[in-house]
Amino acid sequence: MKLIQQLWKDKLAALSLTVIGAIVIAGIFAPFLAPHDPEEVHMELRFAPASWEYLLGNDHLGRCILSRLIYGIRPSVLYVFAALAASVCIGALLGFAAGYFRGKTDAVVMRVCDVMLSFPGYVMSLAVIGMLGAGLENILIAFVLMKWAWFARVIRASVLQYAESDYVKFSKALGLSHIRIMAKHIVPVALPDIAVISSSSFGTMILQVSGFSFLGLGIQAPHAEWGMMLSEARAVMFSRPELMLAPGLAIVIVVSSMNFLSDALQVALDPKLKSRRVSQPGAAASAEALTR
Amino acid sequence: MLSVDRVEKSYKKAGMFSRERQRVLRSISFACGPGECLGIIGESGSGKSTLGRLLLGIEKPDRGTITFDGRRVDERRARRGKISAVFQDYTASINPFYTVEKALLEPLKLRGLSRRERHSAIDLLLHQVGLDLSYRGKYPHELSGGEAQRVCIARAVATEPKLIVLDEAVSSLDGSVQLQVLELLRSLRQLYGMSYIFITHDIRAAAYICDRVMILRSGQIEEIVAVEQLKDVQSAYARKLLEMVVL
Amino acid sequence: MTNILEVSDLRIWDSDTGHVIVPGSSFQVRQGSCLAIVGESGSGKSVTCRAVMRLNKASIRQSGSIRFDGVDVSELSEQDMRKLRGKRMCMILQHGMRAFDPSRVIGVHLRETLKQHYGWSRSESDASMVMAMRSVMLKDPAAILNQYPHQLSGGMLQRIMIALAIVLEPDMIIADEPTTALDTISQFEVVEQLAQLRDRLGCAMILVSHDLGIVRTMADEVIVMKAGVIVERGATEAIFSEARHAYTRYLVSSKLALDRHFQRMMEGVGGGVAER
Repeated sequence: MKLIQQLWKDKLAALSLTVIGAIVIAGIFAPFLAPHDPEEVHMELRFAPASWEYLLGNDHLGRCILSRLIYGIRPSVLYVFAALAASVCIGALLGFAAGYFRGKTDAVVMRVCDVMLSFPGYVMSLAVIGMLGAGLENILIAFVLMKWAWFARVIRASVLQYAESDYVKFSKALGLSHIRIMAKHIVPVALPDIAVISSSSFGTMILQVSGFSFLGLGIQAPHAEWGMMLSEARAVMFSRPELMLAPGLAIVIVVSSMNFLSDALQVALDPKLKSRRVSQPGAAASAEALTR
Repeated sequence: MLSVDRVEKSYKKAGMFSRERQRVLRSISFACGPGECLGIIGESGSGKSTLGRLLLGIEKPDRGTITFDGRRVDERRARRGKISAVFQDYTASINPFYTVEKALLEPLKLRGLSRRERHSAIDLLLHQVGLDLSYRGKYPHELSGGEAQRVCIARAVATEPKLIVLDEAVSSLDGSVQLQVLELLRSLRQLYGMSYIFITHDIRAAAYICDRVMILRSGQIEEIVAVEQLKDVQSAYARKLLEMVVL
Repeated sequence: MTNILEVSDLRIWDSDTGHVIVPGSSFQVRQGSCLAIVGESGSGKSVTCRAVMRLNKASIRQSGSIRFDGVDVSELSEQDMRKLRGKRMCMILQHGMRAFDPSRVIGVHLRETLKQHYGWSRSESDASMVMAMRSVMLKDPAAILNQYPHQLSGGMLQRIMIALAIVLEPDMIIADEPTTALDTISQFEVVEQLAQLRDRLGCAMILVSHDLGIVRTMADEVIVMKAGVIVERGATEAIFSEARHAYTRYLVSSKLALDRHFQRMMEGVGGGVAER
C-alpha cells in the first residue's frame, strides 16, 4: 500500500510500525509465544532475578514476568483497540450524519454531544464502573460511552469542509444516493483525519486502562495486565524497584510508538505534500510559478 | 423542458433562533426549451448561485416549483443523469484522490454500459474535449486550469444529459483559454443537442454562446432578452451593465 | 522623464527545487506612467512584482539589480525595506478578503499601517481614511471602518485598498490582478478609481493582469510574459494593433474574438448564432 511505503521512508515511523506490529502479533499468538503459563505460581521463585528460564525474572508470586507481559498485551493493547474501534465507529456514523446532512440532524447530534462532553471524563468513567462493577469489559464500555462524543465532533468538523466541495455537489446533481456519495467521496477523504485522531487517542486509552487497573478497578487478579502488574509491584517499590520496570517500560514503548506513528501518519496523509494547487486563480498564478 | 414557476428562497440569518430571514430569490419564473442556451447574468449577491443550486435539485425552494420534463427537479431519481453541471472552481471540482479516468467513470456508471463500452466512452469523451488519451491517469492537481475544466466538461457530458448548468464555468480561466472553452461548449452543444444554463457575471462570455439572456438583480428578474436584441434592453440596470463592459 | 523603477537582469529561482521561475528580465517604469505586465497564469507576473518589493517567501531567491528612485532595493536591509514598502511602494492585491486580517475589523488594520508610517493617533488616521474613502465612492466610511472583511464585498475591499494608497501617497503602486476576482460593475468602478488615483497622486503604476480589456484602458506601456520570459514590450496601442510576437498576437486575437462578437450583438446584426 502506498501509505505503508510512505510511512516506511520516515525511520522513526518505520520503527514504530514494526514495534507495534510485533506487539500486536505477540498478543494474538500469546499462547504460542509465552514461555510459561502466566498464572502459574511458583512461591519458591519469588522475586527471582532474570535467569535463562525466566528471561525477565519472577514477580512476588513467582510468576514469569515475561509471560505475564505477553499475555497482558491482550487486555492492555488489543481489547483497548477494539474499544477504540467501537468508539470511532459510533462517532463516525454520527459525525458523518451531522456533517453531511446539516440542518436539524446536525443540531440534534451536536447538542447530544455537547451534553456528553460536558461531563468530566474520568469522573464519569468511574461512575459507570461504579454502577457496573469492576472488570475489564466495564472499563471498556465506560470508555466507549465517554469517547464517542469527542470523535463525533471532530469527524463532523472534518466532514463539514468536504461536504461542501464541488465534486460532492456534482454527484448530488447527478442524482446519486446520499449513501453512495458518502461512501465514495467523503469517507476516503475524511479517512486520513480519522486515522490520525484515532491513533493519538489509542495511546491515551492504553494509559487510562492501565491507570484504572492500577487502581484495582480493571482486570481482576490473577489475569495479567500491565497496569495491574504495576500495581502489584508498587507494594515492593522500594525493595525491588526492578519489578516496575518491565510493565512500565512496556507501556511507555507502546504509547510512544503510537504517538510517533500518529505524527508520521499526519505527515504522510497530508494532502499538501502532494503539491496541491491553491484554489484561487491569482494565487494559482504564483503557486504554479513557484511549483513548476 | 425546464420550467421555473414563482420560486422563492430565503436563508436564515445567523443564529439558531434568529427569526430574520434574508430573501435571496423572489418570485422567479422562466422557462428553457430543449437545445436552447439561456444565460443568467447577475452581479455578486444577485442570487444566481442559489438559483443554480435550486435548478440542480441540491436545495429545495421555499415556494414555487422547478420542473424538468414535467417532473420536479428535487426528486433525485427523476433527474438522474438528465441534468449535469460544471462549476467555477476547477481545482475543487474533481475529487483530489481520483484520477481523470475514475472521475469520468462516476457518471458513466449511471448509463448501464459494459466495462468495454465504458472504456471506449472515456476515450471518446477525452477526444471530444480535445485532451490526449494520456490524461486518463492524471490527478487533478497535475492539470492546468483549462485542462481541468475540460475534464469537468467531459464529466458533465458523460451521461448525455439534456441540460447542463454551467455556474461561472469560464470565469476563473485566462482570456485565451476562456475562448477555447467557450468554443468547445458551442461545438458540444451542436453535437449533442443539449441545453445550457450559463450562469455568469461576464456578459461578453454569455453573449458568445447564449441564445437568450436573463438579467438577475437582488433576487429578481430584471429582464429577459434575446442576445441579438441586447442593444434594445429596456431596464436601466441592464443598460448600465452593458455600458460597464470594459473592452 | 526619469525612471522610477529600473529592473535589470532580475533572476528568480526556487532554492528548494532549483527551478528557475524567471531567467532574467529587465524593464523600466517611467515616473507617472503605467506599465502593464500581461500573461497567463503561471507566467511569473506576480512573482516578479513581489520580487520588486522583496516579498517572496524565503525559499524563492532573486538576483539582479532593482533600482527604485536611484536606490538599489536588493541591497537594503529588511528594516529600510519596510520603510519603503507602503510609504513609497504600495501594493493592491487581488483578493481583498485575504488582504486584511479576518479576525480584526478593517479600521484596526488601517490604523496600524498609518501609525507605522506617519505616527498618527487614532483620530487623525480615521479622519484621513474617511476622507479618502469618500473620494473612492464608499458610502458611510465610518461604519465600514468597524466592519470585518467578510462583511464587505470584493469591490469595496479593493476600494479600501485604493483609499489606503491615497492616504499613503506612494511613488509607485503595484496592482496585482485588482479586478480579476470582481464582477462587471465592480470591475468598472475599480478601474475608474485606479485611473483617478493615478491622476490625483501622479504616481507610477505596475498593473498585472491577464484581462487585456483593463490593460488597454489603463496602461501606457505593456510587457508580455510567457513562462517567466518577457516576449514582447511596447506601447499599448502598438501591442494591440501590430504585435510582433506570435504569443502576443494569440492573446490579443482571443480577446478580440469575444469583443467583436459582443459588439456585433450590441449593434444588432443578424439573427441566430453568429459565426466568428
